Amino acid sequence: MRLFTHNMLSSNIKGVANGFPLRIEAEQVLEKQVDFNPDFLRNLFPKLEWKALVDGARALGYAELPEAADSSMLESEEFLRKVHHALLELHLEEGALTCPETGRKFPVNKGIPNMLLHEDEGPWFGSRSAQMQPSILEMTFSSFKQETSLQLPGSLVSQMLVRITGKQ
Amino acid sequence: MKLKQLESMLGQLQQFSNPKVELEQYPTGPHIASRMLYTAENSFGDVNNKIVADFGCGCGTLGAAASLMGAEQVIGIDIDSESLEIASLNAEDLELDINFIQCDIRNLVWRGPIVDTAVMNPPFGTRSKGADMDFLSVALKIASRAVYSLHKTSTREHVKRAALRDFGASSAELRFDVPRLYKFHKKREMDIAVDLWRFAPKTNQGN
Repeated sequence: MRLFTHNMLSSNIKGVANGFPLRIEAEQVLEKQVDFNPDFLRNLFPKLEWKALVDGARALGYAELPEAADSSMLESEEFLRKVHHALLELHLEEGALTCPETGRKFPVNKGIPNMLLHEDEGPWFGSRSAQMQPSILEMTFSSFKQETSLQLPGSLVSQMLVRITGKQ
Repeated sequence: MKLKQLESMLGQLQQFSNPKVELEQYPTGPHIASRMLYTAENSFGDVNNKIVADFGCGCGTLGAAASLMGAEQVIGIDIDSESLEIASLNAEDLELDINFIQCDIRNLVWRGPIVDTAVMNPPFGTRSKGADMDFLSVALKIASRAVYSLHKTSTREHVKRAALRDFGASSAELRFDVPRLYKFHKKREMDIAVDLWRFAPKTNQGN
């Protein structure tokens, strides 16, 4: 995963107000050469979150970027080459990205970050699938069954569960 | 790159070995993929030197096509690790440099519309209803220039209305650059007729 990607990616855990930038934990970093394209970098520069790039680069072992940057620096080839190197040539192969709010780690393996959410982290009913998340239902239902030893039709159980758990 | 050449290179890509029905995994054929990206670049300049995202990239066909048509950076996003592995191998085989992210598109949180162009062959929602509209909604949030997408011909009016009214598109254009597009381009009797759309998002700043 390049810092180019990291500069756009935010923590996607439900309820997190500011999930950007993700903190980088690097276990394995690779350097792969990429052709220098200064025009592309000049166009991209205004869209970048500079601090996230500087901190990210440092986490990957590259500390040559200035703390602050403005568009006047884009005239310097030396500066552009540093941006090029940090943004495009450093790869986090193995490690993790950490949500700045919750501390939850998203693993990075073979250069691919895994942003899949666990059941309790994502929108339960935001997606269009008809199923409720099964695990909470099952837990509550099985303890309910033990308490009451009643045989109830499924729809009645769901209604009762909604009242018990308070969740829709 | 010429269209025939592009189509031929995409034909070399490895596809799903065990396609997962619940994710609606099927390959985007080289015929449709080459025409999508060829149109995007030659009619609209949406690919060369641009940042392109392939939503639901699967084995990476559209992303590879974008790269071959000169995209500066390509990002492929998919929910399934097996697909991403195949996509990575495909990129290596064609010596292409593609960034991959494993994520559920509906939970993708991007810092803003930094991507120029999004391309996709989304799941149609035979398994989870309306999936293609979820994909379109997210794509229109993160792309600053254009979104290219395939949707069933039978949903044409619905797609246009949703894009313009609900998802913030400033335009929704049908592309007829390939007559009678079919999802699979074989077995026409059983195949699904699809439309290729180009949507442009509303932007606050200029393109």
